[in-house]
Amino acid sequence: MALPTGTFTMDRTGRIVTTTISNNFPEKLSLEIGHAVIDAFRKAKAAEVVLTEISMNFAALKLTARELRGGAIVFVAPRDSGDNR
Amino acid sequence: MTKKPKILLLDDDQDILDLYKEMLGALPSGPEIQTANSGARAIALLEAETFTLLISDLKMPKMDGLQLLTIVRKRFPSLRTVVMSALNDQQFKDRAYSMGIDQFLEKPRTGKEINYFCECIEGLLTKGESTGGFRGVQSKSLMDIIQLECLSQSSSVLKITTGPVEGRIWIENGEVVDAVAADAIGEEAFRLIASWKGGSFEILPPELGRKRTIHSSYHALLLETAQAIDEAGAPSAVAEIPHGETAPPFKVDAAPSAPPAREREPDTADSKLFDSSRLPGIKFIVAVNRAKPRPPASWGLENPEGVGDWVDDTVNTFRRLGEKYQWGDFKSIEARGLQSNVAIITHNDHAIAAGWERSLAWAQVRDGMKKILARWIS
Repeated sequence: MALPTGTFTMDRTGRIVTTTISNNFPEKLSLEIGHAVIDAFRKAKAAEVVLTEISMNFAALKLTARELRGGAIVFVAPRDSGDNR
Repeated sequence: MTKKPKILLLDDDQDILDLYKEMLGALPSGPEIQTANSGARAIALLEAETFTLLISDLKMPKMDGLQLLTIVRKRFPSLRTVVMSALNDQQFKDRAYSMGIDQFLEKPRTGKEINYFCECIEGLLTKGESTGGFRGVQSKSLMDIIQLECLSQSSSVLKITTGPVEGRIWIENGEVVDAVAADAIGEEAFRLIASWKGGSFEILPPELGRKRTIHSSYHALLLETAQAIDEAGAPSAVAEIPHGETAPPFKVDAAPSAPPAREREPDTADSKLFDSSRLPGIKFIVAVNRAKPRPPASWGLENPEGVGDWVDDTVNTFRRLGEKYQWGDFKSIEARGLQSNVAIITHNDHAIAAGWERSLAWAQVRDGMKKILARWIS
């Protein structure tokens, strides 16, 4: 399966406002990522760990999200093969 | 359902063991009682199970009661201990109390004495044995004890033990002159000891002429330490006043909150995290066992369960996403925060999260996480 790449913005209501993710990828994918990210920010805040940015590192993909007034801007990027992080 | 307290009864006389087992078994708290007729057997039982209280005879062949207490204090610092003796020997009593026992009781002979004995044991079993903090009678903060020693211009050595780790603070004529804890010395060791959440301590005779490594006044030291503890979000250490001593006439810290109903991560998990608490820039650590939902092992957090739940939820959510869309193995999470930066790694069923000073570079954080993982695995 091809890896998505690009950026999208989700508002606090969970709606995708802007996206540069290719149309080849279903919107459902961006929605799932966005909701998970916003949920992570909210739950962290509830646990008194206030976060402004969060990165999830997978072997083949990196997701980076910045908190945006209850919403988030999410960067999706395949990883370089030499990046071991 | 409340767990029944467990008593380990140690005496080399089987008749005494049988008698006391029957007597204590009738206590209102309904304790479960196990017996051992040698110190070695008692230690083996203590290693195998968690007990609320150890009641030990003082005079026994091979390993006597005081020898056993030395081992118990070091290896099971939170265990309540009662020493029984047929002799009311003040010297033995002083030695036993200086080792941090809870009660020194004479073996009862009359019906009235048996009643007092039983009341005393029942009191120890029911006075909130698992409230955490430094195991003690009056729950003074460690900072209170140091302040008392300094205010009274005393000279002494405070020996503080938490799990397998030991620290010492040297006080000379009312000034803190040196401290040692694990690999740290001086003010770093003092701060480390102050960050400990529980254990026990003894006041040892002074060692005058100790080389001075701490030059700050005790006022400044206590203030800085209190601020550091506040910033780290850790509750102040609560220390034990041995029974033989008079409790200082000032404030008594509130007892730490009651333990959660769920079974906690084993103490070894806390100990492993504690080993990592000296890493530069670390603010908190929490380890969640995803296979067995239970309160997480943690260090430096006021609400470990809340943070643990967040770690667990977040790791599970993104792990599932990664599996669903085939993004490869889940590696880690790194987050920037307003108070701390946070990194999460996983190992088998555990997720370990650590908070770090924001000034630390991510390369240092990653290096620190590798060290935490190495200690965790070990």
